[in-house]
Amino acid sequence: MKLKTALMLTSGAVMAASVAHADGHMANSMTLVSWGGAYQVSQVNAYSAPYQEMHEGLEVVWDESSAEAVARLRAMNEAGNITWDLVDVVAADAMRLCDEGLAMEIDHDEVLAPAPDGTPASEDFGDFIVSDCFIPQIVYSTTFGYRTDVEAWGGNTPDDICDVFDLENFPGQRSLERRPIGNMEWALMCDGVDQADVYDVLETEEGIARAFAVLDTIADSTVWWSAGADTPQLLADGEVVFGSTYNGRLFSLIEEQNQPVAMMWDAQVFDLDGWIIPEGLPEDRLARVLDFVRFATDTQRLADQALWISYGPTRASSAPLVGQHADLGIDMAPHMPTDPANATRTFLFNYEWWADYRDDMDARFQAWLSQ
Amino acid sequence: MTDNTADTPAGPVLAADGRPLKASLNRALRAQKIRALLLIAPLLLFILITFILPIADMLFRSVENQIVRETLPRTVAAMEEWENHDEAPGEDVYAGLYIDLFEAAEFRRHTRVGSRLNYEMTGISSLFRQAGRGVGRFDTDIYTDQFTDLDAAWADYATWTGLMGDSAIRAALPETAASFDTWVRITIEANDDDPAEENIEDFVYFSLYRDLAGSGYSGSNALLSAAADAVGGFDSISIRDQFEDLDEDWLNPELMETIWVYSPSYTPGYFLTAIDMQLSADGITAQPEDRQIYVTLFGRTLFMSLVIMGSCVLLGYPIAFLLANLPMRVSNILMILVLLPFWTSLLVRTSAWKVLLQQQGVINDILVWVGLVADDSRLQLINNQTGTIIAMTHILLPFMILPLYSVMQTIPPSYVRAAKSLGATDWTAFWRVYFPQSIPGIGAGCILVFILAIGYYITPELVGGRTGTFISNRIAYHISSSLNWGLAAALGSILLGVVLILYWIYDRIVGIDNVKLG
Repeated sequence: MKLKTALMLTSGAVMAASVAHADGHMANSMTLVSWGGAYQVSQVNAYSAPYQEMHEGLEVVWDESSAEAVARLRAMNEAGNITWDLVDVVAADAMRLCDEGLAMEIDHDEVLAPAPDGTPASEDFGDFIVSDCFIPQIVYSTTFGYRTDVEAWGGNTPDDICDVFDLENFPGQRSLERRPIGNMEWALMCDGVDQADVYDVLETEEGIARAFAVLDTIADSTVWWSAGADTPQLLADGEVVFGSTYNGRLFSLIEEQNQPVAMMWDAQVFDLDGWIIPEGLPEDRLARVLDFVRFATDTQRLADQALWISYGPTRASSAPLVGQHADLGIDMAPHMPTDPANATRTFLFNYEWWADYRDDMDARFQAWLSQ
Repeated sequence: MTDNTADTPAGPVLAADGRPLKASLNRALRAQKIRALLLIAPLLLFILITFILPIADMLFRSVENQIVRETLPRTVAAMEEWENHDEAPGEDVYAGLYIDLFEAAEFRRHTRVGSRLNYEMTGISSLFRQAGRGVGRFDTDIYTDQFTDLDAAWADYATWTGLMGDSAIRAALPETAASFDTWVRITIEANDDDPAEENIEDFVYFSLYRDLAGSGYSGSNALLSAAADAVGGFDSISIRDQFEDLDEDWLNPELMETIWVYSPSYTPGYFLTAIDMQLSADGITAQPEDRQIYVTLFGRTLFMSLVIMGSCVLLGYPIAFLLANLPMRVSNILMILVLLPFWTSLLVRTSAWKVLLQQQGVINDILVWVGLVADDSRLQLINNQTGTIIAMTHILLPFMILPLYSVMQTIPPSYVRAAKSLGATDWTAFWRVYFPQSIPGIGAGCILVFILAIGYYITPELVGGRTGTFISNRIAYHISSSLNWGLAAALGSILLGVVLILYWIYDRIVGIDNVKLG
């Protein structure tokens, strides 16, 4: 009860502050960019709709272009006309945009609200702040779903990442993402490499050869996907029995569409999604965006988002506030990738490492694929 | 012979107004041409500005490479003196690199050049990102301290503006002058501060030390003369060691070589990468085998486009023949069937093919049910070349049928009847009389289908799997994910070049005048 009052008081204070700021020097419309689909719906419900209620007359335009945000922002920057105000991107893209000078560097403690107990934002978000430009929102993971009705498995269910590469005990088609990130790490882990050493091994020619050798064993029974919706469709049709995709997609397949599919959380790869503010916004729009971002990333708002989708909030202080799904009425906490029961073995992929090795590794991976 | 000019005039024919007829005609025609040109000028300008220029600008990026030289000018200049490329260069290059990186970091450009060079050598990206923070913490403050201890005037902005306003001193201290200008620019442009109120950065004193210690000072300025006498006794540091402390990779000759190889403003590097070669210290070499992909993809794109074109001819010709020869009422209904998929979204059609062709899909189910295929060895019809060819043939078929149909409609049926009445069999009449007249339609359809197929992107991406993707999928990847626009532009230029060459060959063999769209 106390917590709730405290929360209400803080959000009241935040509200009062933002009203007091009001609104004269702020732009009256803003363009937010996200990924579309259920994820964007959760953002509208949790962030922009309540914000609009507080600010009458504010126009919010949503653009579903996050998939090509990096290229579009570079083109806008070259044309000298930034039409976006706030862009939702994955952490790796945020780093790239920051490196290219296309995203604004921010002081997290200054721009973002502290936790209700006063913990500064940089501590509340902790390690999830992977770049000076990045404002974390959610943790999602790339993990596996498998069909629960495969006769050939003789009642066994996979519970280890290496089962993906075990065609003997778990025969059938798999689906994996058509890019090296994630796949190379899993392959090495199943070749006896300790999780802590994966990136060191992957830096050597020998290590790369080892990873490809493991992938070779299942290459002929694998469908390589490039859109997040592929694996759920393939699983639902029985085209594959085992496949990787984003955990929110699997949640919707299992809980909302009631397909005979279950999750395998072992060695899930954590990834982050968050906002970046484009570099070079005019003053009034920047003021509006900073005001919105402070609201949309506070403790309660991040916890609210988890009511509509099974992606975990990045603030430590939001985790205890996660409640029940808005429509299904089931507890969301056990479906979060960050839930202790699901997170027995996880890794947050190494952004710095991939920023360096991505181009080279991708060339090798594509060359390997097209053999 | 004397006076026959009146009968056969040797001079030019004259128009009514007495001018030569030829000139008069030309004038009239020129006016007409200008009028015609003016009429199409808006469209021409529109296409030029919104289509041709952006494409040219984009393709130009395939050779453009100013970023290295512009961001690291001192480094590149100092590298001219670098002789033994098997060893890391000397102090001068690193001194240049220090100031270049400092400036770039203030303007947040260092990571940009880092990502550019990372395309050529893995690891440079993070080295530059680190260095952006690291160069500010170099121990070059010992020079600042020693100069200001020597004479407190060295800390004064006024002292510096006085010295740097004198062109003789600027000429005597070239590095210092350049560094000072850089510092003023950083303070005003990057930090929005007033130089008079800021402390002068260490790198300016570092340059002053290098100038004075290197070539001394023989002018008349007392402050400088005193400093020049004193620098001999100054403590000094090696800037090269500072870089080594930051990360020992900075002393890797290969890294410095990469900067050097990619320092010219224009580079063939992207084009070489696009044909699986690379520009390295030893000149142009082949990429390691496990990274060769583009030549394979170009070959595959061409081959599959040809196959798709061929299957479109085989499937489209009979349909177009039917359309052209059936009574109007029936052929109109057939025509709607041809056009219907044409009006359906490309994504929907591609996804429909997925559902049809997958192993648990409709076609495999039917084959299993009929008993042609065993349940455990269902055919792999999608996520490979077969899938791409089937889906794309279907999608591009209307582009073959429509030109064929409009050409066939103009072939008079009486020709075939005449051939038959002269004793030709059905086949001979078709092959010797009808078919040759339909060739312009085949030509037009083939060109359309082939050129559309070669640049196709969505369908191969969705159903191509491992072996059915096109070069355009890599171009899209480099535009939207890796941001390597130079390489994307090079791949695109090559694709454009290949299409133009094929068009030229086609013109030589078939003749472009023989192509009819109707």
